[in-house]
Amino acid sequence: MAAQDSAVAKPEFLTAGGARIDPPVIKVEAVQNILDVCRAMSLWPMTFGLACCAIEMMAVGMARFDISRFGAEVFRPSPRQSDLMIVAGTVTKKMAPAVVRLYEQMPAPKYVMALGNCAISGGPFRFKGQYGIVEGVDNLIPVDVYVPGCPPRPEGLLEGLFEIQKKMTGRRWWPNPVQGGGK
Amino acid sequence: MNGIATELIRIVVGLVAVAAFVGLNGLVLVYAERKGAGHFQRRPGPFEVGPHGVIQPIADALKLIGKQLFTPENADPFLFWLAPLLSFFPVLLLFVPLPFGPVLTVWEVDLGLLLILAFAGINVLALLLAGWASNNKYGLLGAGRAVAQSVAYEIPLLLTVLAIAFQSGTLNLSTIVSQQGSWPWQWNIVTQPLAFIIYLISALGETNRAPFDLPEAESELTAGFHTEYSGMGFGMFFLAEYANMIVVSGVCTALFLGGWKGPFVDGFWWYLVKVYALLGAMIWFRWTYPRVRFDQLLNINWKWLLPLATLNLLGTAFLMKVF
Repeated sequence: MAAQDSAVAKPEFLTAGGARIDPPVIKVEAVQNILDVCRAMSLWPMTFGLACCAIEMMAVGMARFDISRFGAEVFRPSPRQSDLMIVAGTVTKKMAPAVVRLYEQMPAPKYVMALGNCAISGGPFRFKGQYGIVEGVDNLIPVDVYVPGCPPRPEGLLEGLFEIQKKMTGRRWWPNPVQGGGK
Repeated sequence: MNGIATELIRIVVGLVAVAAFVGLNGLVLVYAERKGAGHFQRRPGPFEVGPHGVIQPIADALKLIGKQLFTPENADPFLFWLAPLLSFFPVLLLFVPLPFGPVLTVWEVDLGLLLILAFAGINVLALLLAGWASNNKYGLLGAGRAVAQSVAYEIPLLLTVLAIAFQSGTLNLSTIVSQQGSWPWQWNIVTQPLAFIIYLISALGETNRAPFDLPEAESELTAGFHTEYSGMGFGMFFLAEYANMIVVSGVCTALFLGGWKGPFVDGFWWYLVKVYALLGAMIWFRWTYPRVRFDQLLNINWKWLLPLATLNLLGTAFLMKVF
């Protein structure tokens, strides 16, 4: 596991809309690491659901899966106070400007999770001649983690959260799930 | 001269201690609230960040500090950033006359109760400023609600506090506590049960806690008056809310529940136990009751709490005159 962990590159700078943000004037590695861990452990998602994947997002906040165990249950209704945008569902062309606007309203550091096939690529709505769907939310905003599934299971969303935490801090914090569904 | 110097030192030390107390309490209450919310909904709540999630509030606080501060376009930058400061710092003053123990008071003020009630009003001004300055329709609606609600709920609160003041003949919180006995049946709650209930409901309204959290009403107003605040701007409002909760619980404890007096051994621990029991009840209310509608909120106040509080005050005055 260790070799794999060290292979994960830590982001050197944050990008917002592809623009480079100036590096900080004072940078102490230890402080930065602590701050990164704190940010990873307190990812507040935005109350924001587009389609049926949002139902799975609600399920992940409920008793059976409970995302609050990892400190991410504080669904903030205001984009100004949220760190994580879970694009849960189909992004229609009508909805696209609102999605972009919400992303731009979030203060840095901000992260985006594309939840479900629709948000990743258009999913079942991607066919020749379709006119209403944005084929993947990464055409609009930078995406950090893709969680496939139609819809993904709540465990999938949790796994996506762990991946974002890994991306932020450079290591995986929780045990890996057993492959092949256990015994 | 020497007396003034010692008084000044006492106040400065007291304020620093109060600031530390408020900060620590913020962490404890955030944890208690999230854990409480979890257990009320049959889930564990924060669990993995530290043993049983105890490091969670620290992670939250550091994250909020490290978040980008953002002033919206067309907002008034001076008023916008004045509002969170104005919301938080006057609260520290409210702790000055609170009698934590027999000698554990920052400064014993003869008009302590008046001081608390007077400075508690500044919070409303801060919320109004926040909503107004952020140039956001949700913010403005939330601020309007905050003002309507606080003005309404302040009146029954004052009337119930006045009933206790009639009964005790003083506005000094320490004296009010020392007039009560150690055992629960010697507390003011026995002689003023109606006032206690009205005070508790009005205190929830004053501190904008659920079921009366209409100024932030997430499902209708995004986040109400603090919609546009990111990072510590939002954190300041949050801290102020928790500090206000402690103040109203502290005043309630001193007025109705015998303050630092308790069975067997008097001391500040009884005060803390009672305050935290009241805070626990507030958290319990929040995660148990649905939010009321705004007309219901005002109807409860103007049609029930205010007449009842007035009757209670008149009855108290009558009985005090007769006996």
